[in-house]
Amino acid sequence: MRYIDDSVVMKRMTKRITFNKVWKTLFFLATTFALVMLAILLYRIVTQGIDYLNFNFLTNFASRFADKAGIKAALVGSLWLMGVVAPVSIILGVGTAIYLEEYAKKNRLNDFIRMNISNLAGVPSIVFGLLGLTIFVRMMELGKSILAAGFTMSLLILPVIIVAAQEAIRAVPSEQREASYGMGATKWQTILRVVLPAAIPGILTGSILALSRAIGETAPLVVIGIPVILQFLPDNLLSQFTALPMQIYDWAKRPQEAFQYVAAAGILVLMTVLLLMNSIAIFIRNKFQKRY
Amino acid sequence: MVSQKENKTTSVQQLIANSRNHKTKKIVEKAMPALLFSAALISILTTFGIVFTLIFETFEFFKRVSITDFLFGTQWLPFSGKEPLFGILPLIAGTLKVTLIAVVVAVPFGIASAIYLSEYANEKTRRTIKPILEVLAGVPTIVYGFFALTFVTPMLQQIIPGLKLFNALSPGIVVGIMILPMITSLSEDAMSSVPNSMREGALALGATKFEVAIKVVLPAALSGIIASVVLAISRAIGETMIVSLAGGSTPKFDLDVTDSIQTMTAYIVQVSTGDAGYGTTIYYSIYSVGFTLFIFTLVMNLIAHYISKRFREVY
Repeated sequence: MRYIDDSVVMKRMTKRITFNKVWKTLFFLATTFALVMLAILLYRIVTQGIDYLNFNFLTNFASRFADKAGIKAALVGSLWLMGVVAPVSIILGVGTAIYLEEYAKKNRLNDFIRMNISNLAGVPSIVFGLLGLTIFVRMMELGKSILAAGFTMSLLILPVIIVAAQEAIRAVPSEQREASYGMGATKWQTILRVVLPAAIPGILTGSILALSRAIGETAPLVVIGIPVILQFLPDNLLSQFTALPMQIYDWAKRPQEAFQYVAAAGILVLMTVLLLMNSIAIFIRNKFQKRY
Repeated sequence: MVSQKENKTTSVQQLIANSRNHKTKKIVEKAMPALLFSAALISILTTFGIVFTLIFETFEFFKRVSITDFLFGTQWLPFSGKEPLFGILPLIAGTLKVTLIAVVVAVPFGIASAIYLSEYANEKTRRTIKPILEVLAGVPTIVYGFFALTFVTPMLQQIIPGLKLFNALSPGIVVGIMILPMITSLSEDAMSSVPNSMREGALALGATKFEVAIKVVLPAALSGIIASVVLAISRAIGETMIVSLAGGSTPKFDLDVTDSIQTMTAYIVQVSTGDAGYGTTIYYSIYSVGFTLFIFTLVMNLIAHYISKRFREVY
């Protein structure tokens, strides 16, 4: 005597199996939605911008006329901005990470610092702009300068760098520290000569990704009041300047259709810089990442 | 031989004791923790800086505008010369409209792709799709704003005839695309950490993969998924460039998504680019709006933090 009637089982199972297949397809299509959007976005910008992207575009200053508008001031300004943001944010970020991972004891104050960093990561960038406007532009009287914008951006990406550096430092196995202590090294010698060198690839990868976020960030610059149409290049840290996303924002909101194409060309430059930075980060991650 | 050996040992000890660096070493050892601690203090100072600036300048604002008018006023007309009106509700309405549309786009697509990546996709597909999602997450918001204004809006206008050039729908959809990778990747993390033994148990009882995903993995990972959605909402509320490019600058207290709107962030941008004089009521108003925005996102972040801590499933 058979306990299981195959035909009944099959009849009941068929519906569920079809269900599974249908939903699998639906889930897959949902996944492709994001990919399709990215493809459309890139295709649109390349086709719109490629005709305007030439040597003159890179070497011209901003202009009221679309065919003469160039991105020189913004490109150079963004590089200056990175010149401030990179050292400030990396030194502060890595310093904080070393403190939290190597020195901080478990107490209320350190718990507060940790919670505070994760909360800062969730503060909208435009609020950092308000902070920069009040503290750096007005109270410290730095004006709408590279330094003021650089400090603001550094604080904005600080939480990202701290978290990345913390993970990199945590990944260094404690045997290495113990070996160093065993050789008679002091704590700081161990950190400087053993832990940091081992953690540097991870720190660099995280920092470059954070910096590439700072390059594309617009809102804080708008709030600080960074000007757009500049006919000169900055020559010191207190100079006025403009940056790539500011320039793109200005072109994008102009009513004349011609400026749409200029904006697209500007976006192409910005995206090229970002892709370059991302590939450097990926290169570092692949080349130097050690597994213990 | 023996004496030589002894000599060597003593000399090493003496070397350490008489080391010229000994003093500097001691100072460095003591100074470094203090120095690093001061770096860590910067992040606390940043938070205090944010909170104090916002509170301080908002306080200035409430000297000029009554707090009840601000909280319950349904008209936001700061630029109407004689009698400016500062009721924040229209700005909140604009922000919530965009956020709601973004959530409607991002949540189903985000969770569906998370299910696909964690339950159906093989290792190779996962490794191809994840970096692409990272690229999507790394696209600057100004680029998304441009995309909304020059592509999504004209396309929607073909479908919805009455749609204005500036509206809530188009930036809402694009903000949804922007927060989608965040939901996908955080939800995927949550679902991947559900142990395989639970899946195998269900599969052994004859469940299909779909049933495993919906009835076993999804409930087990629910706290992580909800936390990811709440974090994404917080991002959508604070998003600036997409809404200020494609949303317009007409604060309205209604439910219409086809008409021009203004969000909290877009208002701050509008005033910042228009160069409101220092010390004017309009200048202080951006801080009051910024403060409201800060409260909104802070509450969201705390909720997400609470959910992922409180309801974390331990396997």
